[in-house]
Amino acid sequence: MDTLSTLDGDFDRTREPLAVAGQLPPPVRRIAPTGAPTVAEPSPSQGNGHGAHAQPSRSLKRTPRPETTPVERMRTEALSIAYGQKLAVNEVSLSVRQGEVLALIGPSGCGKTTLLRSLNRLVDLTPTAVRGGRILLDGEDVDRFDVTHLRRRVGMLFQQPNPFPMSIFDNVAYGLRERGSKKPSRRSLEPAVSEALHRAGLFEEVKDNLDHPALALSGGQQQRLCIARSLAVRPEVLLLDEPCSALDPISTQVIEETIVSLRSEIAIVIVTHNLQQAQRVADHVAFMYLGDLIEYGEAARVFGSPVAERTREYVSGGFG
Amino acid sequence: MSAHAQTSPSVAPPSSSRLVAKGSSWSRGDKIGVAMAWGAGFLLCLLAASIVLYMLYRGLQYLDLALLVTHPEVGLDQSRTGGFLDPIQGTVLLTVLATAIAAPVGVGIAVWLSEYGRPAWLARAVESGVEIVAGTPSIVLAIFGLLVFQQSFFGFLSFTAEGNAVFGRSFFTAGAIMSLIALPLIVGATREALQAIPAHVREASYALGKDRIATIRRVLLPASRRGIGTGVTLGMGRVVGDTAIVVVLLGASLQIQPENGTPVWGLLKGTGSTLTTYVYNNSPAGEGNAPEKAYAAAFVLLLIVIFLNFAVDLIARRKEPAWTR
Repeated sequence: MDTLSTLDGDFDRTREPLAVAGQLPPPVRRIAPTGAPTVAEPSPSQGNGHGAHAQPSRSLKRTPRPETTPVERMRTEALSIAYGQKLAVNEVSLSVRQGEVLALIGPSGCGKTTLLRSLNRLVDLTPTAVRGGRILLDGEDVDRFDVTHLRRRVGMLFQQPNPFPMSIFDNVAYGLRERGSKKPSRRSLEPAVSEALHRAGLFEEVKDNLDHPALALSGGQQQRLCIARSLAVRPEVLLLDEPCSALDPISTQVIEETIVSLRSEIAIVIVTHNLQQAQRVADHVAFMYLGDLIEYGEAARVFGSPVAERTREYVSGGFG
Repeated sequence: MSAHAQTSPSVAPPSSSRLVAKGSSWSRGDKIGVAMAWGAGFLLCLLAASIVLYMLYRGLQYLDLALLVTHPEVGLDQSRTGGFLDPIQGTVLLTVLATAIAAPVGVGIAVWLSEYGRPAWLARAVESGVEIVAGTPSIVLAIFGLLVFQQSFFGFLSFTAEGNAVFGRSFFTAGAIMSLIALPLIVGATREALQAIPAHVREASYALGKDRIATIRRVLLPASRRGIGTGVTLGMGRVVGDTAIVVVLLGASLQIQPENGTPVWGLLKGTGSTLTTYVYNNSPAGEGNAPEKAYAAAFVLLLIVIFLNFAVDLIARRKEPAWTR
């Protein structure tokens, strides 16, 4: 099934992407505006359905997950992003849903991080970046939001833990401060801070040291502190940019569990180079290559029986 | 990680001195180079030590604590020229004044250059401006300052003689030009500190819905404290040690001569001297010809500068955890 032969060799980037899409079997890119993606829905024989039991060939323990009912929160419609002349994301349409973890996978430079950073308009900070298509949050174009307001609703976690050079408490309270003209007292912030630390699974470890400098924590703790910092502003969508790539396996496991436990309240998108991680945490997976969305579907199906040749090569470790 | 690779269990980390002593596989050129580097370093230490020790010897010989608290007086005999309380006060006042101007301006310029820097041509112009100021001899800055502050527009900053001739010399005007000496050091150190903060730290703040101002105020400046402190202290060291600006713009009067009237404002409008000009005036080169006083004052000046350098070391060496890039 060499459906992606047009992508091989010198791929003509100016080509109408639907032409490529048209040659693919159903699982590609276009998503019906009504919400649920029309792509990548597996035929009953193909996939093993949604959930935990569809183990791909590798023996991986999927992070235990409660059942959820996914609700679409964000959607990109024919989203294209270019840095100057270089096209990084090419007409990608995707749905981000609360109640599930969406993993963006693909080789380096495939546009997944750019796509992620466009969801909270962090891409706007790059002077050369231009964007086409639409990004919707709860049906409303993100360009119509005040950007600071948008970023409070769409939180983000970075590859490197980056707590601010202040106390643990102040880090978590950072997003809550200076919202209005009145300065909230520490006492009034305390419940929100400890709740965020609880949700990030860090509270027990730091509850006696809230005034200690955050940068003195271990890497894994720092990253969980960053999760708590994001959660404190009560985001509705959380973007994770390779959040565990700088962490040890134990910390990674703790963070993965946190991610999965959060997905019932928050729509989560994770960019990862670690395919095992994607299999452990993701409900849906989007595979990108050279800016194109090649395949989208339930995690088990994409890893177990990918439709596109490129995906198959990538998930089996053929390239990347 | 790289350290890990270097120190494999069997090989102890090499120390440079041992390598030189054993010779091993070093070429002759390398050996000579290392020896010269050692020599130069040793010579420098020797030089610094001899300055400090000589001044210590001279200073202790002539320094009398009473000198620190008595006003200088006009006199032909060294025993009757008083102490150097006024120059000490002048040094402190001028340094505080110059720092108070240079620190906010310098930090502001550094933040603008590092965080905004637009339009690019203006940023480049500001950068070269700072570099030019850094490279200009202080006597040139002083003369320029005199030219500027003698305009009647700035008459409120210094004495005004009859006929509205503006004197142009005061703590205000000297402080303003002195701040230019400290400015490049503060801009440089602050910028360096800001640029050492990885981009993702800024983005983390933006991603929490903070704007640029809040990010600068709450994250970037606190994270640059050490750099700012280093720059300010280095700048203070330059201000304390400068002579030309004091001679030209502070009047280098023996005693602090405030303008009559309002207490603080009058003092700042008045003239005075610092330890540097006091040393100059009392050295055989100057008119005072009281070398003992000059040695004693120079010793105090040296102590202040050494203290400031020590403070820089202390600030810069304090270990603070950092981010991975």
